[in-house]
This record gives sequence, structure tokens and C-alpha cells, in this order.
Amino acid sequence: MVQLTLPRNSTIRTGKTWPRPEGAGNIRKFRIYRWNPDDGENPRVDTYFVDLDDCGPMVLDALIWIKSKVDPTLTFRRSCREGICGSCAMNIDGSNTLACIYGMDEVKGDVAIYPLPHMPVVKDLIPDLTHFYAQHASIMPWLETQSNTPQKEWRQSEDDRAKLDGLYECVMCACCSTSCPSYWWNGDRYLGPAALLHAYRWIIDSRDEATGERLDDLHDPFKLYRCHTIMNCAKTCPKGLNPAKAIAEIKKLMVERAL
Amino acid sequence: MAYKTDYARVRGLGSAHEGVGHWWTQRLTSIALIVLTPLFVIPFGRALGNGHEALVATYSSWGHGFVAAAFLLVGAVHLMHGLQVVIEDYVPNHSLRTALLVANTLFGWTLGAAGVLGVATLLFSA
Repeated sequence: MVQLTLPRNSTIRTGKTWPRPEGAGNIRKFRIYRWNPDDGENPRVDTYFVDLDDCGPMVLDALIWIKSKVDPTLTFRRSCREGICGSCAMNIDGSNTLACIYGMDEVKGDVAIYPLPHMPVVKDLIPDLTHFYAQHASIMPWLETQSNTPQKEWRQSEDDRAKLDGLYECVMCACCSTSCPSYWWNGDRYLGPAALLHAYRWIIDSRDEATGERLDDLHDPFKLYRCHTIMNCAKTCPKGLNPAKAIAEIKKLMVERAL
Repeated sequence: MAYKTDYARVRGLGSAHEGVGHWWTQRLTSIALIVLTPLFVIPFGRALGNGHEALVATYSSWGHGFVAAAFLLVGAVHLMHGLQVVIEDYVPNHSLRTALLVANTLFGWTLGAAGVLGVATLLFSA
């Protein structure tokens, strides 16, 4: 729902400034959102200093360095370290991206890190993505067929396979959906750019036999038509994908079958 | 607190099976307004400030009258569709949203009808 200011218990306060690493000459300042559900306190922003001579170049490297050497309570998700798993999605320097493929040198000044916006926070930089994953499940992200399963594989031409490029690469990191104002205001009913990009990926798949049912399911003022082509999704996608274009293609198919 | 699964929450009441008509109408009316706006504004601007007679003289022609009626009707429909989106986007309370959507529909059609009636009055009063 629309909420332009933070509720009182979510107002962010100034947190602790952790000590600078001793003897380090090449230091970078990090301001990181902290919130612990167990202490009953408001969120705060802690300040850390990272020794760049002792740390890798990516923002995730710095977070791991902080957790290992300064503050083991700092909590964040990470897994693959190469932009494939989507776990380390967070808001860095005002934009949603993956910490593992975002270089510290891309940020001017202090590095400010917050969890993905407008999502419930589990702890520190970890958002609750349960609803987001349920929305993904709702678009039936699998091949739906009625015909008898072929002896070998479901065949597909090279041209039809090429239509999936720019769609199948999505890693469901939620950067796009959580950057979308429509998703902030109506995320309970609007499926958001990530789920709709995946929906289009299956709609356009030449092997799928449920195109009509998929379009039927999306034909809704909230599920699909909350997209107002704001384009934050395409701007922020760390994989360089364009969910807004996929949504526009779904809208075109809706018109095509109505006329 | 309702013990519903997240998946059940997302599925909700299912698809409303509408939206394409609204979306398509909004695009068509916006294209129509690109053409109609200058055709309406230029003669209206010329007649404005020259008294009632000048307005009656302008809109006593079928061409200007048709353009003005089309502009006001299409503009009202476009406004109604646009306001509907704003209400759906920014009013989370279901009862208030429903009331505002009803009011918006009545307002839009009343505005359009009043515009067409006004132009017709000018056209036939000459």
C-alpha cells in the first residue's frame, strides 16, 4: 500500500561507528543498515572502515571482510560470488544490484548499503522474499503441455529458441520488482517485473501449450496492468535484462487476441 | 491473522479477466487527443475573449462543433481512465477505492455529456 514515510518503529537512527583497521593506509568508509528483530530497537546505520589493501574489489568482498574481521553479527545473503544465484541483491549507493558483481570503484564517496527497498526485513540486509517467490510460482514457471510427451526432447527451432534470450537469464534476485513504485504500492496484487518477465518467458516458448491460459491468468487490472512503464526495472537489472519490454510484449499479446 | 499460505494469498480471487479494454482505450484516446487538441484549442483560443457572439459564431459551424464535441468527449473518457489508474494505484482502502471509482465514472461521463450538450446548444442556437 502507499506509504510515503517510514512508520515510527522503522525510522533509521545513527548507529555505531566501528574502529578503523590499524595500520591501514587505503581505507573505504561503509554505511550499512542494521536491524535486529530480537532487540526491539529501531533500525540504525553503522559505519565501518574497510582496508582495501586486504580486501577484494567487489562490494560483497567488503561485506565479507567486515563480517570476518570487524563485526560477525552483520547479516546478509551470499552464495555464488559471480552473479548467478541472485542471493546478494541489496541496495547499494541508491540502486538495487548484486553486491558480488558491483565494484567498490563504481561508487563515489562512502558506500551506503541498505536491504532491497519496501520489503519486510528479516535481519540487517536480508529481505523477506516469501511473497515474491509465491508470485513467481503463481505464473507456472514450467513447460505446460497436453500433447503426448515425445520419445526424445520437445523440439524447438533455433529462431524460437532465440526468443528466450534476454528472458531465461533472470536469476530472480528481486532487484527489479523492489525498484518498481507500482510494486511498492500494490505488491500484494501486482505480480511485479520479475514474475511477469518469467511469465512472458513461458508465454513465448514455442513448446508451451498453455499460452491462452497463461494470458487469461494475467488478464487483470492489478496482476499485469499496474505496470506504468516507469522503467526502473530495466535500469536496475544487474543482468542487463529488460522486464518492462517483456511486460509490454504481454500487453501487445492481450490486445492481439482481443481484436 | 489468517493462516493462509503465501501462494493462496498471491492467487487471491483469481484473475478479473479485464484490463485490456481499459489499457487499449487509454492508448486510443491519447492518440486521438494528439490530433484533436490543436484542432480544438486554436479556434477556441481565437474566439476566446471576443464575447459570446464570437463563440457562437465559431461553434455554429459543423466542423468546429464536431471537433469540440469530440475533444470534450474523448478528453473526458481519457481523464476518467487516467484518474481510475491513479485511484487504483494510490487508494489502498477497498471501500474508499470502490466509492471513488464509482464517483470517477459518474464524473467522467457527466463531464463528457455536458461538453457535448454545451457544444450542441451553441451549434443549434445560432
